[in-house]
Amino acid sequence: MKDGKRRTWRLRLYVAGQTPKSITALANLQRLCDNHLAGRYRIEVVDLVSQPHRARRDDIVVVPTLVRQLPPPIRKIIGDLSNVERVLVGLDVLPRDDEE
Amino acid sequence: MPTSVHRSNPVPTKRAGNGRQPLAKAPTGIPGLDEITNGGLPRGRPTLVCGGAGCGKTLLALEFLVRGALEYDEPGVFMSFEETADDLVDNARSLGFDLPRLSARRRLLLDYVRLERSELTEAGAYDLEGLFIRLGHAIDSIGAKRVVLDTIELLFSGLSDRFVVRAELARLFRWLKTKRVTAIVTGEREAEHLTRHGLEEYVSDCVILLDQRVKEQSATRRLRILKYRGSAHGGNEMPFLIDDHGVSVLPITSLGLAHPASTAHVSTGVSGLDEMFGKKGYFRGNSVLVSGTAGTGKSSLAAHFAEAACRRGERCLYFAFEESPSQIVRNMRSIGVHLAPWMRRDLLHIHAQRPTALGLEAHLVAMHRLIDDWRPRVVVVDPVTNMIAVGSEIEVKAMLARLIDLMKLRQITALFTSLTEADGAAERTDLGVSSLMDVWMLLGNLEANGERNRAIQIVKARGMAHSNQVREFVMTDRGVTLVDVSRRADGSVAIGSARGAQQQPTRAGAPQPGRGRKAK
Repeated sequence: MKDGKRRTWRLRLYVAGQTPKSITALANLQRLCDNHLAGRYRIEVVDLVSQPHRARRDDIVVVPTLVRQLPPPIRKIIGDLSNVERVLVGLDVLPRDDEE
Repeated sequence: MPTSVHRSNPVPTKRAGNGRQPLAKAPTGIPGLDEITNGGLPRGRPTLVCGGAGCGKTLLALEFLVRGALEYDEPGVFMSFEETADDLVDNARSLGFDLPRLSARRRLLLDYVRLERSELTEAGAYDLEGLFIRLGHAIDSIGAKRVVLDTIELLFSGLSDRFVVRAELARLFRWLKTKRVTAIVTGEREAEHLTRHGLEEYVSDCVILLDQRVKEQSATRRLRILKYRGSAHGGNEMPFLIDDHGVSVLPITSLGLAHPASTAHVSTGVSGLDEMFGKKGYFRGNSVLVSGTAGTGKSSLAAHFAEAACRRGERCLYFAFEESPSQIVRNMRSIGVHLAPWMRRDLLHIHAQRPTALGLEAHLVAMHRLIDDWRPRVVVVDPVTNMIAVGSEIEVKAMLARLIDLMKLRQITALFTSLTEADGAAERTDLGVSSLMDVWMLLGNLEANGERNRAIQIVKARGMAHSNQVREFVMTDRGVTLVDVSRRADGSVAIGSARGAQQQPTRAGAPQPGRGRKAK
C-alpha cells in the first residue's frame, strides 16, 4: 500500500489481434486500473499479430497475458481479466475497502 | 495467419490414410530409422514420439532437426517446454552436434517456453494464439521445414483449463499441417497410456514408441513404430543406441530375406577344403560357421580365408574378440600365413576389441559402421561365441541375424568361428546360431591309438555339393592342409600315424553318421 501510493504502475497487455478476448481484457484492465490505481498507472498494449517477434522475446504463449513490469517483481496474469479478484491478487493490488 | 486455419484445411488427416497415393516422406538422416520407415517420417505432418523419462525422445528429435539442417537443407525449429536452450546445446554437444553454429547460420532456431503454473495467475478466458504466433514467426524467420515440440504436454501442467489446452492442441496439429512442416511432437509415456494426456488422439499419421530397459546392468534401448498410416512398417522392436555419433537404430532385420544369391565362388583359403566344396569354395555372400573346441584350428582356418581374400585383392575386415592384432599376426606366421603385408597394403584390417567393452547393440553398431566405412568383401568374426558374454542367447542370435542380413545384402562373405566347450554344453549355442548360417563346419579332435588328431567335417553347405567325409586337418609351417582320413575295413577311422599304415584312402561313400562327427 505504501509502495502503491508513490509509484507508477507499468502494465503491459499482450493480445493477438482485435478478438473479443482482447477487447474484453483491455476493457477490464482499464476499469480495474481506474478503480484501484487511478493516476498511477500506464498501460501498454502489445499486439502480437503486428509484432510477432515479441512472443518469443517476452516469452508469451497464452493470450491475453498481462505483465506487471513495475513495481518489481514481474508478475504474469493470463486470461481476459474478467475475474477481478484474481487480477488484484495477481497484481498484488489491495482492493479498496468499499469494494467487496 | 492461424485465424484462417479452419477454412483452409478442414479435415486434413482423412487424405493420407486411404492410401490413394504414397505418402511423401522426410528422411530423418538417423541411421536405421529411415530404413524401417521406408524413407522417413510423413512429410508435412506431425509424428508422435513417446516414451518414458530418459528414453531418448529429445535427442532423437534434436537429431532429426540437425540432420535435416545439415543433410537435407531443411532448417528446423526446436520449441522446448522442458529443457532450456543452454541445456539442449549441452546435450547436443555430447552427440557431436554444434547447435550454436547451426543457430548462427539460421539453420536452427531454439526456443524455450517457460510455463510455470506457480508463476501465473489465471483470471479469465484465454487461448494459445500466442504460441501459434510465436511458432509461426520462428518457422517463417528461418524458412523452417521441420519442427519439434518437446514436450508440448507440459502445457497441461502449466495451465489449469484442460478444455482450452485440448482444443488448442487439436488446432495446433491442424495448423502444423497447413504450415507444411514435418514435425516431431514428443510425449511422456505413463503406465498403460502412450502419453500422459492422450496426444496420440491428435497425431494420427505416425507414432513411434521408445523404451529403455535395464537388464544385467546394461541399458538397452528399443524403438517401435506403433503406427504409420499409409505406409508399410516393421512392427518389431528395434534396438537403438545413443552415442557420440547420435542415434542409430538397428533395423537390419527389416531387410528380410530379399538379398541376392550369388553363384560366384570364394576360396576357403585351403585347397583341400575348397575341394570338399566341389573344388570351388564357398558361395560369395555366404555366412560360414566354423565351430570347434579350443585349439582345433578355427582361427587358422579364418586366417587362411582372410589371406586368400587379400591375395585376390579383396578387402578383409577381421573382428578379433579374443586376441590382439599383433598376437594374431604372430600366431599365424607360425603356420606360414603372413598377414602383416596385407595389413600394410590396407587390404586387411584387424579390429580387436574385448566383447565386454561394449553392450551387444553397441557392438553391432560399431561393426556396422566399420563395414560401412571400410567396405570389405570378406569379414571374419573370431570368435562369435564371445558375444554371448555380453548378451543372452536370443539376443545374440537376433544380433547375428541382423549382421548376417546386412552382409548378405552387400554380398560380403563372412566367416564366424565358434568356440564349443569340450563337454558339449555350448553346442546348444551352435545350434541356435547355425540355423542362420549357410555353411557349418565342425573342427574336432579325434582320439585314437594314443594320439589326438585334428579333423574337419562339413555339417551343412546350402546349395552346394559337398563332401560328407571327415578329413584330417593338419597344421604345418606352410599352413593348413587337409588329408583324407582312411577307413579300415571294419569302418573305424585311421587317422594320424595310423593313416600311414592304411594303404588306400577310402573313397567309399557315406561314413557312418555318428562316427566321424566329433570326438566328445
